Amino acid sequence: METSITLTVDGAERRVDVDHRTTLLDALRDRLGVTSPKKGCDHGQCGSCTVLLDGRRHLTCLTLAIAQDGAEITTAAGLADGDDLHPVQQQFLDQDGYQCGYCTPGQVCSAVGMLEEVKQGRPSHVTEDLTGDIELTDEEVRERMSGNLCRCGAYPNIVAAIREAAR
Amino acid sequence: MKALAHEHATDVSSAVRAVASSPDAAFLAGGSNLVDHLKLGVTAPSRLVDITRLPLDTIEETDDGGLRIGATVRNSDLAAHAVVRERYPVMARALLAGASGQIRNQATTGGNLLQRTRCVYFQDITTPCNKRQPGSGCSAREGYGHDNAILGASPECVTVHPSDFAVSLSVLDATVVTAGPHGERRFPYAELHRLPGEHPERDTTLERGELITAIELPPLAREIRSTYHKVRDRASYAFALVSVAAAVEMDGPRLADVRVAWGGVAHRPWRAHRLEETLRGQEPTPKAIRAALDAELEAADPTSQAAFKVPMVRRTTAMVLRDLTDGRTR
Repeated sequence: METSITLTVDGAERRVDVDHRTTLLDALRDRLGVTSPKKGCDHGQCGSCTVLLDGRRHLTCLTLAIAQDGAEITTAAGLADGDDLHPVQQQFLDQDGYQCGYCTPGQVCSAVGMLEEVKQGRPSHVTEDLTGDIELTDEEVRERMSGNLCRCGAYPNIVAAIREAAR
Repeated sequence: MKALAHEHATDVSSAVRAVASSPDAAFLAGGSNLVDHLKLGVTAPSRLVDITRLPLDTIEETDDGGLRIGATVRNSDLAAHAVVRERYPVMARALLAGASGQIRNQATTGGNLLQRTRCVYFQDITTPCNKRQPGSGCSAREGYGHDNAILGASPECVTVHPSDFAVSLSVLDATVVTAGPHGERRFPYAELHRLPGEHPERDTTLERGELITAIELPPLAREIRSTYHKVRDRASYAFALVSVAAAVEMDGPRLADVRVAWGGVAHRPWRAHRLEETLRGQEPTPKAIRAALDAELEAADPTSQAAFKVPMVRRTTAMVLRDLTDGRTR
């Protein structure tokens, strides 16, 4: 069974016929040629397929494309403003926040979404005072980014990049 | 994966009818567990009734000072809600201890409660599992048993419920609101999840086509302190080995009220009624807490690889009760 859906991907409206079994990740990569989100585990355990979906960080491997008809998606490739990188992207470069780079687009999207959550005052598992201000410590960054794995182990520099971007 | 029809439900009653009338249909909400099961072959519906566009995504304060949470409210939004953070810290903490930032943005209130076990054998369709395929046997009882239950298991199933959120609902004495083929139903959360018995394929008491539409919380008096503590194999993004949800109200040095529920130990969140009865009205001394834990855990019957959970849940509970009764909630 196929249905035609519309997705806005990095600002461009795209129409595509999808089999109902197609995940959003496969629709993006295999049908639309949008290869910025990566397929790591394909089971929601690694975070490499993370995008911003309607403004919030979201996995693309654990959702069906048909269920996201009409969604607005920003991938890491769509974050830059022309030649000006997004501050999170720039800090991943400056702080050497990656090695092989495979998890990086997911890390970057997750970090952008996470910093917005912090800006909204949303607490995390390690936040002492649920109703107080949030101080973005290393511990907070690590907890909030725990859905993104990096098998090269670039974690210290990823934490540094995110803290610098948040300044 | 089998060919699949998908439709966005436009109202609750037609969604209920669609699933109730078709043995091959399933509700789809956030999908973070169900879509994984479609890929793994754990379940193979031919029709998905997507409820995410139904108007069930609001959180409202009720007239009695409680809270009504719509079934499709995302876990992240519920944990961030001002009233939840201020008045129901046990629930905010339980939600924030679950999954990852991305998954909390996806997973819903109802879906969280209806997620299935993460028992490795349930998710591996090449192995026997009574929950996935009734009558096929239980691989976890003699096999890898690190995550197994220590209370309330049956010969047919030794798994545990994965939800943190559900454990907090247990101590909050929440109410479940459903719409089903026989109309609306309201019942205590304690009646939602079941022990495995001879039918581990049934996680809940819901009938086919019955849809959770809301969760209602009674008001929680300001004097009541509550929290949630989760112990896991790594610091974040892992299911509980054991977890403790607790709420206490002091009357001078004594416990006017105490409520405790455990996660990671049974097929459903385990409300520690015997522990509560033993402690209520008592001073929460280490000795009194030990006696209460002895009473509750008398029935513990762990498989060998999960035996570590008995001392773990004892120590975690003692620590949580000490912190709450000292006024240090975290």
